[in-house]
Amino acid sequence: MSTPPPTWTSETVAIAGAGLHVARAGAGAPVLVLHHDIGTLDRLPFYDALARDLTVLVPSHPGYDASERPAWLRSVRDVAVVYQWLLAQRGLAEVSIVGLGFGGWIAAEMATMSPRAFRRLVLVNPMGIKPEQGQIADQALLSYIDYVRRGFSDAGAFARVYGDEPPTATLEQWDLNREMTFRIAWKPYMYNPTLPYLLGGVTTPTLVVWGRDDRIVPLECGERFAKALPHARLEIVEGAGHFVDMEQPDELARLVAAFVRAA
Amino acid sequence: MHLMYFTEQPMSAYPEEEGRTFGATALMFSNRHFDPVAGSRLYNEYLEHYRLVEEVGFDGIMLNEHHNAPFCMQAKCNIFASILAAMTKRVKIVLLGNPLPLAENPVRLAEELAMIDMVSRGRLVSGFVRGGGQEQLATGVNPAFNRERFEEAHALIVKAWTQPGPFRWEGTHYQHRVVNPWAVPLQKPHPRVWIPGVLSKETVVWAAQQGYPYIALSTAIDATKKIWELYDQVAAERGFAGGPEYRGYLQRCHVAETEDKAMANAQQFMWMQGEFTGLAHPVWSTPSGYFSPSYRKAFVEYAVGRRSNPRGAAFEDQIRDQQIVAGTPKTVIPKLRRLLEETRPSILGFWASDGFVPNDDARTCIRLLGEEVLPALREIGKELGLWSPFEANAPVSRAFPEPALPAR
Repeated sequence: MSTPPPTWTSETVAIAGAGLHVARAGAGAPVLVLHHDIGTLDRLPFYDALARDLTVLVPSHPGYDASERPAWLRSVRDVAVVYQWLLAQRGLAEVSIVGLGFGGWIAAEMATMSPRAFRRLVLVNPMGIKPEQGQIADQALLSYIDYVRRGFSDAGAFARVYGDEPPTATLEQWDLNREMTFRIAWKPYMYNPTLPYLLGGVTTPTLVVWGRDDRIVPLECGERFAKALPHARLEIVEGAGHFVDMEQPDELARLVAAFVRAA
Repeated sequence: MHLMYFTEQPMSAYPEEEGRTFGATALMFSNRHFDPVAGSRLYNEYLEHYRLVEEVGFDGIMLNEHHNAPFCMQAKCNIFASILAAMTKRVKIVLLGNPLPLAENPVRLAEELAMIDMVSRGRLVSGFVRGGGQEQLATGVNPAFNRERFEEAHALIVKAWTQPGPFRWEGTHYQHRVVNPWAVPLQKPHPRVWIPGVLSKETVVWAAQQGYPYIALSTAIDATKKIWELYDQVAAERGFAGGPEYRGYLQRCHVAETEDKAMANAQQFMWMQGEFTGLAHPVWSTPSGYFSPSYRKAFVEYAVGRRSNPRGAAFEDQIRDQQIVAGTPKTVIPKLRRLLEETRPSILGFWASDGFVPNDDARTCIRLLGEEVLPALREIGKELGLWSPFEANAPVSRAFPEPALPAR
């Protein structure tokens, strides 16, 4: 494929008194991509691949990466409302959401708030539901690098994205993002006990994607999401851990594009 | 001078080898290595030490608390403070202190402290701390709001102590429908509050803003001087002069009948490889959001092994810098004089024994300190004008500018 890489632009918009950084590229149906708890690099092959077919918006969560920290923000639901505000402000309709890990939890909360508002929902190894058997890996007990490595099935994939030894600036950003995660998801850690009950009202067609080798959120959570959402199916991606977007970007982009564009 | 005794209450019966194998001796180091039979014996030995401490003439007993680690058996300083309140007659009971952010209900702390103050007939000094990083994880409290919770809990406790209830508290981190505890401190305006610390400038500044004495925990002399520069500068901005009555210091100091024995026992101060709070992964001891943002870059580098431990000074270096003092009474007194001359604290804590120091040696150390070292230091204190907050009738705080005295 010789498609030229998409052109990315970014802007900072004021939402609830804090500057929210939003990157944008592509054309066609709009997709809001919500990143992981570790934040995101500005550019990723997955984002580029999506932007070939779709209009892609990648905000940085409030308090993460280039977005300002709202001191009052206390929950993942607050973040979901911030994004509802963003979509309303942009006048975007028929939006699809792709939520990656922690971003998947935010996307699920958004869907419960507006059960009919979104075109398609793609939840990729989302946090948000408490596992019945295992546990969600707790970054509070792991070093920055160990936690991120744990999200990859293949150590080589980590190195391709971050290098063998990520630079100190990356570690500092991981620390800042981790602090923000603590501020909004400390306890209960990485789930909302009411979410499984509220997902039942969501009429949006949903694709739950799971990297088979996820060592951060157990696969049983994918099964629980697929069961709790009335119009959902679970798709397993082989050769990927928690960060499917960074480990199998083309495969994930293909799944998302096909699902979002389906009539 | 106010001369007080301190021990971490080490769990000196834990299997060291297991700690080495596991690679950590805190937070996640399994409590299956805790032996309650030894624990029971040690708690009672430490109580006997405290009894001896009062007999040989110390002015105070300093208590602290930590969780999930063998370096400190005391998981709740108010428990030992309660015992000492009834068991001792004269010494101040100095809590350094209750970790405020760990409290889900600061009003309950205010009540407990008021009870300790009344039972002890007004001998409580109620220090407050932020709690170590691991304490946040051990108790499930959000490290990102540590300082905010500290300040709010402090404000609530002081209000509960000084203003008649009932009142309502609608804070950021604490909400209380009714604050009206039927136990208030004997000391008025309220028990003295001292603030201990090691690293955070923010805590020094906060203590100075309140006009509370700050207790430097075993910092090197040069670092201690910098702390007092900062404290005095903030004090001057607030319109008061810092000085000895605002300065405390915790000195690791082991005394024995011979130099060799003292030096050998003093090695036990390094039993956690020089770490004050046990061996732990850096992200346990310093979770994100807990520490000062100004240290972020240095910390993340340390956390992944790109920078050495800022607290990892070798034993010989700590002896040279007098962070650890060891010897016979005759040889330690000149060293302590140097500390007093150079940093001018009026509150001096003796962290006297640690680790696996045998019970008999720990008792000998207490006796020698009381009989030979303390009298000499009192003379030096007079000579240097190091008047403690009690001797100087110093105010409790800027907000309550009177000395604390038991109500009659």
